[in-house]
Amino acid sequence: MFNIERWQEIFEAIRKNKLRTFLTGLSVASGIFILVILLAIGQGMSNGVAKEFENDATNRISVWTNVTSVEYKGLNPGRIIEMDNRDYEMAVNKNSEKIELKSGVYSRWGQLTTYKKESGSYRVEGVRGDYQFLENETLVVGRYINQNDLDSFEKNAVIGNQVYLDLFLGKEALGKYIDIAGIKFKVVGVYTDPGGEREETRIFIPLTTAQRVYNAGDKLRSLAFTLQKHDKYEDALAASEAFSAELEADLKAKHTIAPNDERAVNVNNTLENAKRFYDLNNMIRWFFWGVGICTIIAGIVGVSNIMLIIVKERTKEIGIRKAIGAQPWSIIGMILHESIFVTAIAGFVGLIFSLILLQLVGPFIETDYIRNPSVDFSVAITTVIILVVAGAVAGFFPAYRAANIKPIEALRDE
Amino acid sequence: MIEIKNLHKSYHMGKNSLHVLKGINFTVSEGEMVSIMGSSGSGKSTLLNILGILDEADEGTYTLDGTLIKNLNERVAARYRNKFLGFIFQSFNLINYKSALENVAMPLYYQGVKRNIRVEKAMHYLEKVGLADWATHLPNELSGGQKQRVAIARALASDPKVLLADEPTGALDTKTSYEVMELIQGINDEGKTILIVTHEDDIAHMTKRIVNLKDGIIIDDSVVTQVRAKSEAYV
Repeated sequence: MFNIERWQEIFEAIRKNKLRTFLTGLSVASGIFILVILLAIGQGMSNGVAKEFENDATNRISVWTNVTSVEYKGLNPGRIIEMDNRDYEMAVNKNSEKIELKSGVYSRWGQLTTYKKESGSYRVEGVRGDYQFLENETLVVGRYINQNDLDSFEKNAVIGNQVYLDLFLGKEALGKYIDIAGIKFKVVGVYTDPGGEREETRIFIPLTTAQRVYNAGDKLRSLAFTLQKHDKYEDALAASEAFSAELEADLKAKHTIAPNDERAVNVNNTLENAKRFYDLNNMIRWFFWGVGICTIIAGIVGVSNIMLIIVKERTKEIGIRKAIGAQPWSIIGMILHESIFVTAIAGFVGLIFSLILLQLVGPFIETDYIRNPSVDFSVAITTVIILVVAGAVAGFFPAYRAANIKPIEALRDE
Repeated sequence: MIEIKNLHKSYHMGKNSLHVLKGINFTVSEGEMVSIMGSSGSGKSTLLNILGILDEADEGTYTLDGTLIKNLNERVAARYRNKFLGFIFQSFNLINYKSALENVAMPLYYQGVKRNIRVEKAMHYLEKVGLADWATHLPNELSGGQKQRVAIARALASDPKVLLADEPTGALDTKTSYEVMELIQGINDEGKTILIVTHEDDIAHMTKRIVNLKDGIIIDDSVVTQVRAKSEAYV
């Protein structure tokens, strides 16, 4: 199979049949090219839809408390319910395996914040490190709140991009001290949030620091969680509903709230809102799988067609070769060897061209529904291999038939 | 060298069956130069195809250089063709994307001869047919006579026992035909056994024996005085 004589024979055939080789290569390369671009657009649409839903983590569960509305065990309605660190720990300890991200939050609205002569009124939230991902925030510079900040009550602050623009007017902010309600905080990071300006007019400080400077003891305003991911939407929804119900029941029991009190404890599950997202994403995925499979089939048919034509065109040559002593298998081997070589090279050329195009153009595509089209490299390679194998299989049968017809018939073929 | 006994061959086309060869008995010994004549439909091409192991007889025996040719699979048939036989066709049947030299070297490739030896041998046979200067030319850059000479060189390249020529001059004008025949005669003079199918009398008379075929049987088999093909010079 791999002797040098065979290769010389093949290279000679390729060199002497440039047009045939070029056309075969072109069809394979363009097939791969179109397929990769299609898959990339599918991915781009998926990204675009994901973007629409990325204000917060899509599977976030938020818990906050209010006043009671139902009389229970002799306690009057209108009682203010406040959560504290023990509620948070209870929830975390009980579900440590299910929970992915977690944070308690202690927040204050309308805190006057000043830096030099600039000032503004912002919401200040004491959080844990995970909160960055629960809010789906990206850091522009610096870092987020970390465990060390929490442990040593650091007066560090991460400010939103809008806060940064308001106070620092675009100048260097890292390491500078801002004044929040009379207390100096060091800016350690600036974040941006896909939710836009409203989400970026907030300041995050370590939860422990917030509880201390606002003299809140171990009180919490809200809890936020995400659960471990599930592949299927149904599983994710079931898990998060079960978690929400259980957490609500536990909190009500702990704070002596009537089980039917709808107001005192609120557990909001964003996953239900995300159903649209999952559905749409699923649809897109199926659609592009369908398109991809159809494209591959079209590619296979195209390659097979060309193989058929090549074998047909070479029937007489096959007859001549047989008349002067070629073994049938050497003819099949020669044709397949050549075609696999050509389709493989052409396939990779198409792949490389499409990847270059995606690399150059992809990052600039940012419409509402298509963002950064890209393709999984292993998927692309697999497609090339499928096409090459399909071409070989498609070429094999006509080659086999051609090699087995009597040389006299092949010679008569004009 | 060649011995056939009671050879029958029929072709079936749908319901119709055409009995082409109806019991041929015929022997050729080494160094002979035989022409097989007959009008079209007499079965001469069929006979040549059977002799060339390109086709198989329905009945009868065919012995080539002491080897019985019967029920061969394609692999063995290919090997015997390569080892025993050289073909010369009316339409030359050169591979048109290969140069003259490469065409001549082709049978040697299938014998597994190394490339440099192949080229050397092929060149030797091209010289023999007077086309050494045309070695790198493609078939479509050659005249009909030159193409046939390349084909003859190719047929000789594997050093076969028997040369089989099917209307070797059928596509050539008289002058070129004679040149080609002179070459073939020269090869025969060196001791090679040659069979030529032709329907041209003058060509047939340039061989040493004429076998006449009519409606699938041999009606005449006679030794003739060879007419030497004389041409002024090669082109």
